[in-house]
Amino acid sequence: MARMKFLCDAERCIECNGCVTACKQENEVPWGVNRRRVVTLNDGVPGERSISVACMHCSDAPCMAVCPVDCFYRTEEGVVLHDKDLCIGCGYCFYACPFGAPQFPQAGAFGMRGKMDKCTFCAGGPEADHSAAEFEKYGSNRLAQGKLPACVEMCSTKALLGGDGDVVADIFRDRALKRGKGAEVWGWSTAYGKPDKPQQQAPKGAKS
Amino acid sequence: MIKTRRFVLVLAALAATAALAGCGESDQVIVYQQGKYQGKPDARPWDSAPGADGTYTTSKWNKGDKSSWESALRSRSLSQNEYARIGD
Repeated sequence: MARMKFLCDAERCIECNGCVTACKQENEVPWGVNRRRVVTLNDGVPGERSISVACMHCSDAPCMAVCPVDCFYRTEEGVVLHDKDLCIGCGYCFYACPFGAPQFPQAGAFGMRGKMDKCTFCAGGPEADHSAAEFEKYGSNRLAQGKLPACVEMCSTKALLGGDGDVVADIFRDRALKRGKGAEVWGWSTAYGKPDKPQQQAPKGAKS
Repeated sequence: MIKTRRFVLVLAALAATAALAGCGESDQVIVYQQGKYQGKPDARPWDSAPGADGTYTTSKWNKGDKSSWESALRSRSLSQNEYARIGD
């Protein structure tokens, strides 16, 4: 296992912002920093869709590639984290990230850009687990408590799924097959194709 | 003569001060290895015992055992599927 992923089901997200609130509360994220946010397309128009976005913990993360001080690392369970003691707040990762995940608190005089802050998959950071230093710098370490990220567990419609990529894909596939639509959003193979089984046919008459 | 000697002494003191100025300076930067993570090592989640921080958790695993932590998290992840929880 060990490839932690998020997947937001746009057919289910009701833009309640419960995930955003849960993240803020769990990690005591400072004002002006949003580790997670809900993006809505075609707002107010019939057929609008919302999706909850944060760091996607990329398998080949561009933020890691561009960081000039190499403060990023990937844990054994596939979570992309960084060491705030090394971060110089240059903002390269912000430009590299396709999801706009890196956030920069305004710190010090004249609203200076502080050290980068981002979603940690509720896995803390490079400090002693459950220590005050870890919580202050990186927030809660729910993975070390055997829990999933707060946003995922808080989601009322279970639109936001999190955990091992295989488990998440299985849940989404089961869901897409039962309701007969929604697979086109995240790809046919995520919804219908198990890597170890031949691909199944889409249900007849399925529409999205 | 005395003036010249004093001047030389002052000059030597200044030169010595300038030359030794860097001796007490410690390295401000880490030993950099291109493309390698430079920060502190991180503990792994299964190295903590369940409830080590005093919070309540239903997940059970053996401290230090990766596979038991993974199965605990997997069963927790599967609870996100309400079709499995409440049936079809």
